[in-house]
Amino acid sequence: MTLTFTPASSPGTEGVLTDAEVRRIRNDFPILDTRVNGRPLVYLDSGATSQNPLSVMEAEQEFYEQRNAAVHRGSHSLAVEATDAYEEARAAVARFIGASSNELVWTSNATEAINLLAYSMSNASLGRGGTAAQRFALAPGDRIVVTEMEHHANLIPWQELAARTGAELRFIPVDDDGALRLDEAEALLTPSTRVLAFTHASNVLGTINPVSELVRLAREVGALTVLDACQSVPHLPVDVKALDVDFLVFSGHKMLGPTGIGALYGRAGLLDAMPPFLTGGSMITTVSMERAEYLPSPNRFEAGTQRISQAIALGAAANYLTETGMPRIEAWEASLGARLVDGLSRIEGIRVLGPAAGAGRIGLAAFDVDGVHAHDVGQFLDDRGIAARVGHHCAQPLHRRLGLVATTRASTYLYNTTDEVDFFLEAVSGVRSFFGATS
Amino acid sequence: MTNSLEQLYQQIILDHARARHGAGLQEHRGEGVVGESHQLNPVCGDEITLRAVVRNGGVHSVSWEGAGCAISMASASVLTDLSVGLPRDEVIELVDNFRDVMRSRGRLEADEEVLGDAAAFSGVSRYPARVKCAMLAWVALEESLLAANH
Repeated sequence: MTLTFTPASSPGTEGVLTDAEVRRIRNDFPILDTRVNGRPLVYLDSGATSQNPLSVMEAEQEFYEQRNAAVHRGSHSLAVEATDAYEEARAAVARFIGASSNELVWTSNATEAINLLAYSMSNASLGRGGTAAQRFALAPGDRIVVTEMEHHANLIPWQELAARTGAELRFIPVDDDGALRLDEAEALLTPSTRVLAFTHASNVLGTINPVSELVRLAREVGALTVLDACQSVPHLPVDVKALDVDFLVFSGHKMLGPTGIGALYGRAGLLDAMPPFLTGGSMITTVSMERAEYLPSPNRFEAGTQRISQAIALGAAANYLTETGMPRIEAWEASLGARLVDGLSRIEGIRVLGPAAGAGRIGLAAFDVDGVHAHDVGQFLDDRGIAARVGHHCAQPLHRRLGLVATTRASTYLYNTTDEVDFFLEAVSGVRSFFGATS
Repeated sequence: MTNSLEQLYQQIILDHARARHGAGLQEHRGEGVVGESHQLNPVCGDEITLRAVVRNGGVHSVSWEGAGCAISMASASVLTDLSVGLPRDEVIELVDNFRDVMRSRGRLEADEEVLGDAAAFSGVSRYPARVKCAMLAWVALEESLLAANH
């Protein structure tokens, strides 16, 4: 007999999310009941890291209590169960983004996923991987293109790859409002361009970039496309086949999962042709004292004992998001984001970065407060129990381009209420007078 | 707002953050040895370039250029007022004293007799994330004075 288990607090997938429903969802997240500085926590930093629902923490605990064993080695029953759970999680996360299991490689986080790509290309450039890998090899005269709005994680690995191979690194600039200059993109994407790496949704501007347009330009010149989906996979329905990118990376801890786990998606066929990055146990077929043969993807890129419990917990997170309904989450966050941008724009002395409220924006807002440094804004908010991010958000070049050093960012998720957004807006409206910046 | 926020941002700090005594790097001509230091807080991007002139064993002048939060800017302003005219060695001791208070996580109370207006920064020590803001100018002055020793 098969029993299906539905959590009592299961939010269901029908209709739009409402504040009442979000309050039910919040019951799944114990940390949201915490008090900070004597005030109820208002967590508006999910863009940095999200909170975990009970089902995710229970999945990890259940694994350690009942099934912990090394995966893909050993034939005892526990090892088989652990391997099954681990691969089921891979299937769940792959399904979540419309990929097949063999197209999804576990990494520590998105940063490691991009480094995996860059180092694999580096190895191909040294001749590793033979002729099959030559399409990943870079040499002087080749070009890598990124954008001016990238998180450092999608910039520095490419700077280093360019330095190692002699390829040149160029970027698509942004305009004064922070939008990509697509008119310049076309000229930048020359036939010598081998890689176009860009973010799906900006962690600072909230902009959702025109993926299909950029993929089309890259395709025309035969460049590989790499999409940083850290701020999109947790918040919008993402289908890698519809996006038609070659590679896509994201982090588990930004999508209700634990830290220490992320993933690289690679189009079928590409990953199998790439030379490995980390080498060692569990990624080989035959090994002699002189050389080794490697397994196909994904195992080819998963050397050593893996992040088993984290992968299983991330699988539970993907299932939680699917059960709640990604289209509903997207719509809810769009409404919170619009409320944030609209409300902030009405406060005197506040400059909101990125596009105006409305379509093409995720549920976050970074802003500058005239006459008050972001760190002071953050301290003022923290005093009221509000957790917001201050600083350059790992995007120094973008801040420099916009004439800023640091900004304050509020980022929402499915568990934030309109009351929280309003409480935040009320707090921000008192910042300038407290610091004497209104005179 | 709560008392703790007001204890952190005492009026004297907010005033100095706006007044910024010593702001604007001064070219030095004439007697004395010039020392300079640039300090950066990579977490928030706050930075300061500070120039000190030592003459006859004493701090003759301090000037600086920087961008940062109220704590870091006020701290540079207060430090300028405090250090000019004092013997160099005494200022280095003051920096040590201030550093001990800042790192104490609220256990040490600043001695107003010794640190003057800088005692107002005592509250910062309860916020470990902000200690570097308060220390930025002090580290820059310490380095400048060490550089001016040669």
